[in-house]
Amino acid sequence: MSESSTTGDTLLSGDASVTATVVREELLRDYPAKTKKKREKQIVINDKQRGEDGSLHLPVVAANTRTVPGIITQRGCCYAGCKGVILGPTRDIVNIVHGPIGCSFYSWLTRRNQTHTPTDEHDNFMTYCFSTDMTEENIIFGGEKRLRQAIQEAYDLFHPKAIAVFSTCPVGLIGDDVHQVSAEMKKQLGINVFAFSCEGYKGVSQSAGHHIANNQIFKHVIGEDDTERSQWSINLLGEYNIGGDAFVIEDLLERCGIELVSTFSGNSTYDQFANAHMARLNAVMCHRSINYVADMIEKKYGTPWIKVNFIGANATAKSLRKIAEYFDDRKLTENVERVIGEEFPAVVEAQRKYRPRCAGKRAVLFVGGSRAHHYQELFSELGMETIAAGYEFAHRDDYEGRQVLPTIKIDADSRNIEELRVDADQEKFRESDRQKGLKREEQGYTFREYDGMMAEMKDQTLIIDDISHSEAERLIKMVRPDVFCAGIKEKYSVQKMGVPCKQLHSYDYGGPYAGFTGAINFYEEIDRMVNARIWSRVQPPWENGSPGTESSSPSPTSLEEMEELEESTNS
Amino acid sequence: MRKVAIYGKGGIGKSTTTQNTVAALAEMGKKVMVVGCDPKADSTRLLLNGLAQKTVLDTLREEGEDVELEDIRMEGFGNCLCTESGGPEPGVGCAGRGIITSINLLEQLGAYHEDEQLDYVFYDVLGDVVCGGFAMPIREGKAQEIYIVCSGEMMAMYAANNICKGIRKFAEAGGVRLGGLICNSRKVDNESEMIEEFARRLGSQMVHFVPRDNDVQRAEIRKMTVIDWNPGCSQADEYRMLARSIDENDLFIIPDPLSIDELESLLLEFGVLEAAAA
Repeated sequence: MSESSTTGDTLLSGDASVTATVVREELLRDYPAKTKKKREKQIVINDKQRGEDGSLHLPVVAANTRTVPGIITQRGCCYAGCKGVILGPTRDIVNIVHGPIGCSFYSWLTRRNQTHTPTDEHDNFMTYCFSTDMTEENIIFGGEKRLRQAIQEAYDLFHPKAIAVFSTCPVGLIGDDVHQVSAEMKKQLGINVFAFSCEGYKGVSQSAGHHIANNQIFKHVIGEDDTERSQWSINLLGEYNIGGDAFVIEDLLERCGIELVSTFSGNSTYDQFANAHMARLNAVMCHRSINYVADMIEKKYGTPWIKVNFIGANATAKSLRKIAEYFDDRKLTENVERVIGEEFPAVVEAQRKYRPRCAGKRAVLFVGGSRAHHYQELFSELGMETIAAGYEFAHRDDYEGRQVLPTIKIDADSRNIEELRVDADQEKFRESDRQKGLKREEQGYTFREYDGMMAEMKDQTLIIDDISHSEAERLIKMVRPDVFCAGIKEKYSVQKMGVPCKQLHSYDYGGPYAGFTGAINFYEEIDRMVNARIWSRVQPPWENGSPGTESSSPSPTSLEEMEELEESTNS
Repeated sequence: MRKVAIYGKGGIGKSTTTQNTVAALAEMGKKVMVVGCDPKADSTRLLLNGLAQKTVLDTLREEGEDVELEDIRMEGFGNCLCTESGGPEPGVGCAGRGIITSINLLEQLGAYHEDEQLDYVFYDVLGDVVCGGFAMPIREGKAQEIYIVCSGEMMAMYAANNICKGIRKFAEAGGVRLGGLICNSRKVDNESEMIEEFARRLGSQMVHFVPRDNDVQRAEIRKMTVIDWNPGCSQADEYRMLARSIDENDLFIIPDPLSIDELESLLLEFGVLEAAAA
């Protein structure tokens, strides 16, 4: 039976006719038959059914399939996922993009991932934009020579610890062997040089690039440095330090006495990656982009992994406790409780202030492969409801939970991405960590567990994978959400419709939003957005009374009126 | 100016046929330019008596933007003009993109300008229509008429049929038409009749049946066309007839490629069955 206590859950408060079913039909209404058939499987009502044994049954979302051409997708490309997302936040690897200049320039510092070097003497190449700047001649005659020169030049100028090479589309088309060139240069220069075959056209979204990045980092970097780490050491996987999130988490972990060996890859360095296999536990934030590394480390070195989430104050506390529980030490548990105790009063105070102003308002989130799930925590802490959500590039397990993994059909697009075969390392595999994991598991501790977005969302809400532009517009018109969370491509088209748009890729100009202090930042930001009166004024003078706007307030018709309006909004 | 492209299966004799035909046209007093579209750059060897021609792409690479038409064009037999597109070493880069760049450069340098008073441009294109670059001469009206060199061998006919698919694809947009098939004989049974029928089914014609003659080989060893080497031999007359057929041709069509079944049944009808009966 359905979990919902009331029938006919509505997505638009105060209008019982706008149910998820009605909205879904409207989104699909005008599609040609073939497109409709495909989108019907990607626009799904979260119909949560409980079996007699209490098990949860969720509808299938046809995620990680090809985008219908022309639909105006939110998605990025394989190269963006590999270079931009996974390797971009690492500061001391020289990331050379092999291709025409645009691919490098337009992926340069666009994600607001931050980094802090301990001193000015330490390398930080993130502020540089490296490209082989391929021109027509290199396309015709091959670009390997130019790549070799670029690697040499970067080495001569910076003497970095490592150089990574990223393939763009034309490199794949003309068949430059980037791996061979990298291997030669590695031998010649005596530093680590490795390459990614992450041509933009691969796979169905940036997700393919994440997988390729994971594979190469695992093959070429992890395991290079066997320096011993402490008994309470972890890696934080899938945290990219957007707006300084990683700084907040680093501080919390340090205060708890948990040693952070590496972060993949916010505020990270080459040496951290090389030493990552020596951590005793892997904590996975963004399941979508990095679970491959967690799995591979576990197979090769025995390190178990758990899913964590540092977005949301409650989720942060829960994640810290989960880490402490694994290490099962009284001192560590005390540390964690002390830190939570130090942080929580400010959170409660902020909630007391902002919750009454935000409660009952409705959010929709269409972003990422984890973010559309994680940020629902923060909205629920504000008393806000998530009425519709979806990912850009996630897979079924991110929606429905990892238990569906064995049932996911591997299609040709996924098969195109290399799946590494990993065996236990004869020398470096830590049997003691594996045994510890098994023992904990017997005691009821759960590893490798992620239930996905839908299990935590309300019954009869709307799930939309890879939302299109037209669907987003129709959704806004019908349900008038109080805030729309997406990325830069959607930002202004949403705001022109009179709905504030919060970017959850780059955080606009804000952040951090992770941990306890981050949560407070987010409450403040969302209050500012959903309670600003400016949105009711986004109405052209020739239109009177568009839905959901304060039709009584006139649009400004003079500079004086505009200033007056701004003052009243700011106050 | 008539813009002609010669296509056909690799090894069928496109370059040899093109150069011998060009020699015959030049002998008739026509002003002809040959553009070799093969990275090997051997499409003008017989017309230049083996002179190594500097390719368009090599020149572009070495001289940068400062390229003159004279740097990349040489005069060969009968005052015909010879250029070689050139391209990368086998296994690297993109030869197709090279051909696109090369043809664009020739256009920009005015190689096709009225002042040149050309009667013909011949594009000698590598192999099958393998990718976008090799289709360049038939795209956007770079070539208006296509002749396909083939023989009675199955793979040669298969390739010819495939090239017709390529022509059909670009015919509506670019106005390219099939001028006919040139049968470069491999002494297959009923070869002439079979190719005539094949051409008819495509909606086209066999413009000439070039018999197999070792004089072609004898001339080639001397880095010459047959007409250049021995203008009085019978094979020289064959190329003259081919040149005249092309010069007088007025049948330009959008081909109707055959299905694989049709193509195979054609082979059975003319080749295997006759041979079996004999």
